[in-house]
Amino acid sequence: MDLTLKIWRQKDSQDRGGFQTHKVSDITPDTSFLEMLDILNDQLEKKNEDPVHFDHDCREGICGACSMYINGRPHGPQQGITTCQLHMRSFKDGDTITIEPWRAQPFPVIKDLIVDRTSFDRIIQAGGYISVGTGGVPDANEIPIPARVSNEAMDAAACIGCGACVAACKNASAMLFVAAKVSHLALLPQGNVEAQERAEKMVEQMDEEGFGSCTNTGACSAECPKGISLEHIARLNREYYFAKQSSDNIPAEDEVHGAG
Amino acid sequence: MSWLSQALSSSLGKKLLMAMTGLFLIVFLIGHLLGNMLLFKDDGGQAFNEYAKFMTTTPAVLVLSILTYISIIAHVIYSIIITIHNRKSRPVQYAVSNASANSVWTSRSMGVLGTLVLIFIVIHLKSFWFEMKFGSVPIVAYDSGSIKNLYLIVVEAFSQSWYVAFYVIAMMVLAFHLSHGFKSAFQTLGLAHIKYTPLIKTIGTAFAIIVPTLFASMPIYMYMKFHGLL
Amino acid sequence: MSFDAKIPDGPLDEKWNHHKFNIKLVNPANKRKYDVIVVGTGLAGASAAASLAELGYNVKSFCFQDSPRRAHSIAAQGGINAAKNYQNDGDSVYRLFYDTIKGGDYRSREANVYRLAEVSANIIDQCVAQGVPFAREYGGLLANRSFGGAQVSRTFYARGQTGQQLLLGAYSALSRQIAAGKVQMFTRTEMLDLVTVDGQARGIITRNLITGEVESHSGHAVILASGGYGNVFFLSTNAMGSNVTAAWRAHRKGAFFANPCFTQIHPTCIPVSGDHQSKLTLMSESLRNDGRVWVPKKANKGLTASEAINVSEEDRDYYLERRYPAFGNLVPRDVASRNAKYVCDEGRGVGPSGLAVFLDFADAIKRDGKETISSKYGNLFDMYKQITGDNPYEVPMMIYPAVHYTMGGLWVDYNLMTNVPGLYALGECNFSDHGANRLGASALMQGLADGYFVIPYTIGDYLAKIPYDKVSTDHEEFKKAEAQIRSNIDKLLHSKGSRTVDDFHRALGKIMWDKCGMSRTAEGLKEAKKEIQVLRKEYWDDVNVVGVNEELNMTLEKALRVGDFFELAELMVDDALNRNESCGGHFREEYQTEEGEAKRDDKNFTYGACWEYSGPDTDEKLHKEDLIFENVKLTQRSYK
Repeated sequence: MDLTLKIWRQKDSQDRGGFQTHKVSDITPDTSFLEMLDILNDQLEKKNEDPVHFDHDCREGICGACSMYINGRPHGPQQGITTCQLHMRSFKDGDTITIEPWRAQPFPVIKDLIVDRTSFDRIIQAGGYISVGTGGVPDANEIPIPARVSNEAMDAAACIGCGACVAACKNASAMLFVAAKVSHLALLPQGNVEAQERAEKMVEQMDEEGFGSCTNTGACSAECPKGISLEHIARLNREYYFAKQSSDNIPAEDEVHGAG
Repeated sequence: MSWLSQALSSSLGKKLLMAMTGLFLIVFLIGHLLGNMLLFKDDGGQAFNEYAKFMTTTPAVLVLSILTYISIIAHVIYSIIITIHNRKSRPVQYAVSNASANSVWTSRSMGVLGTLVLIFIVIHLKSFWFEMKFGSVPIVAYDSGSIKNLYLIVVEAFSQSWYVAFYVIAMMVLAFHLSHGFKSAFQTLGLAHIKYTPLIKTIGTAFAIIVPTLFASMPIYMYMKFHGLL
Repeated sequence: MSFDAKIPDGPLDEKWNHHKFNIKLVNPANKRKYDVIVVGTGLAGASAAASLAELGYNVKSFCFQDSPRRAHSIAAQGGINAAKNYQNDGDSVYRLFYDTIKGGDYRSREANVYRLAEVSANIIDQCVAQGVPFAREYGGLLANRSFGGAQVSRTFYARGQTGQQLLLGAYSALSRQIAAGKVQMFTRTEMLDLVTVDGQARGIITRNLITGEVESHSGHAVILASGGYGNVFFLSTNAMGSNVTAAWRAHRKGAFFANPCFTQIHPTCIPVSGDHQSKLTLMSESLRNDGRVWVPKKANKGLTASEAINVSEEDRDYYLERRYPAFGNLVPRDVASRNAKYVCDEGRGVGPSGLAVFLDFADAIKRDGKETISSKYGNLFDMYKQITGDNPYEVPMMIYPAVHYTMGGLWVDYNLMTNVPGLYALGECNFSDHGANRLGASALMQGLADGYFVIPYTIGDYLAKIPYDKVSTDHEEFKKAEAQIRSNIDKLLHSKGSRTVDDFHRALGKIMWDKCGMSRTAEGLKEAKKEIQVLRKEYWDDVNVVGVNEELNMTLEKALRVGDFFELAELMVDDALNRNESCGGHFREEYQTEEGEAKRDDKNFTYGACWEYSGPDTDEKLHKEDLIFENVKLTQRSYK
């Protein structure tokens, strides 16, 4: 099939950027979306033009690197998959495909379709862990955990940190990402010990990074490649309110961030 | 109390205030609806007028009404704060967006719907509350005494077709606002559970249909009654 | 150069304990005086960086990905072995040790493997404490499954995403140390060279992938946990970015590279669909529990899956069941892979390329019902359909082997230190534990064992003996290495040749796959060596790398990696040519039993082949580490 690609090109974070139109032809339906871009890049390199830069690594839907906003949707027209799992049979001959980077203030564009998602790492660093060091832990079977609870924790833990939730959200909110981690750890007895502090710290970091507020549109969950449910956001809300009303974490007056 | 102001100024705290004020206004709607149902009583407006007097003179109601005004104002102010913040979170918009593929338009349009509801509230207050308080409302004498005849004002207002139409449209807007707002408030409060969430969603949808429909039926009823269409 | 495996004395089951007592410790107050560089943030790297930081060392951690959470360990599906014996089915440390040695075809070191089995149980405890949501039984205790033909159920798993969950556990521990200020994290930063001062590893040269800046980092020790080199074949199940550069650069600075020819080929991958193919996708091995492998009896190239359902039973050849009646479709990975190659070589392969065999679930669905099959393999079937467009509930899957794991790697001693003092290699990057073939669910075990439970002890023994003084990055060795890297980059950018980097990489991969892949011959290997040399020369003369160094330039990143793949490829061929036997992942057609099975030569090849770099265009020098088996008896595998 022959396709017209409208791709966001931006030299670096300082550049204003803009759309460029490229054409590819004779693409087979079995080609993956990223391989289609490989073909385009091959063409560009042969013409001594800068190839389109995009994040990708495992190409099997688990590393969370690929991140493209395709025809108005994160990871393209299909639900429940990442961009690397998208194949060209989801498009028609002659289609024009618009490809943009994730758009969010905390995800600045580095080049073309590549954005900086280190804000996610900083949120995890703020508290997305259980504070145990290596060694000196109890036997793995010491605390029985109901299979149902473990399964629910796994549902949340499946998050690949791709950022499609932020990209999909009209408010660029990172609630689903934060909720997935808070929920995963709060559900488990091991993680429950510091659940309150974790929720407080991670939300604080999320706000500091400049992500928007959740307005419960559900776009995040609908576009999440791992189908992480909105229930985890409700759990985060709960955890946070309980933490705020009962934790002994009292900030100094000058640490209080102003509203808005 | 630094912890409280910090909590309420966080993104989740602001949302909590939105949800709580929203839910309070939902409760208000029920009370307001039940009272105004007296318009359907075929007694020339006596019950309605007595109810109006009760509502404007009882101290407990005054406290409730102040709470309602505060809720409306807080709901509006916080929605503005949140909206401004959310706009800043995405300084560069997408060139192509296919949001309808992943969310319902009402959930994405709460700001617009809310603004329309606010305009309605202002006009509504001007037409009735302001008239009742500060306007020259004719007095009607009943056995129990002479009181302001608000019913007459209502009859006059709803005898005009454009005014009825405005009310009906406003109630449709309210219905859409509620269709997302009701269940969203519960989600924000963290009240989600595999057993109860479907129930909350059903009640929310039913509420969003029934309450505005009943409200809208009042101007229609009054109009038809005035023009002898009943 | 001399080298000593430093295997502790004493009985096998006491070696590690004794060793831990005998090695030197660094005083807790002095640990902060040492800087440790860790390259790679997969299971081995992230767990090592976190554990060392917890102990008090200053750690600098590097990854080329945008986040440490994206290292390729994340893609491991099946599970992680541990000798917990929770199932009461006769597992023990000794049995896991024995299975690993036997599975590795007796080409690994007894002491290392025993230690691996010993610490395996601690790994599960550690991961559960971190919040890894392993699968559980209804009673709330951990579930296990049998994996890769093991006779006991010792594999712990988290759905089909075990690697992801374990990595996120290690990543969370790492994140905690980053927040504590004990780990300085460098993302989108690639190691391009090792710096040695007076023979000791004292730092690395990196390139910032966003700005192109070439930078020096100094430390008291350098730990490489940079993964395997399967991408030398161009197509593999590795991530696109996986590369050999860090390990290879260390090799060039003196570290021995051991057993490079030991490559694991996984039998159940989705076949190549065309020239555009960029990587291969693994389908879990568990599919062979219910799927039946077949090809048509008569050559029928181009046969599609939807036509296959019309091929009658008598025209089908269930070749694994026919040749291996006892194990059938469950023969080990290398046997299944090789047989797929043979039937395709006979021209009986299917699909448009003729390089595929069927994996058929029709009988299983008939027997157990669609629902049962769907509950077992639902997500795999969906994944297959997503990629190929075929529905495996209705038509057979098509599969073909693909490069999956490399057992070879940097030579390390019992302390996981290479022969370069202060340079360590962990996880897939080293050669230590899997011999000639790795068992399923053992890669994750090794990565975490090395990072959590070995290196934190053994590194102290080295650091305790060296002074606190730091080497300045202004030292001439750093400057020399930086200059070398810059000139390499310049050379690539100014070559302005006619072929793309991928073009060369694809050509190299084809040589390697055809002649140094699943089955090798002396003749083919000799040809391969010549072809690689020619291609390598062409590469440096005729490659076209567009763009500049000072910007994010993925073509340049790749060009640097491919440059190292060429040198590695040649060494792999040398090693395969040297090893005149067949064992595990190395199959030489000249050395097979009458039944066509791998035939080892224990008399002459019970050694680790350790190669010493001797300069460009010079054959590397072979050193042998004799493998001494005091506890297990060497036997020939048989799956008939």
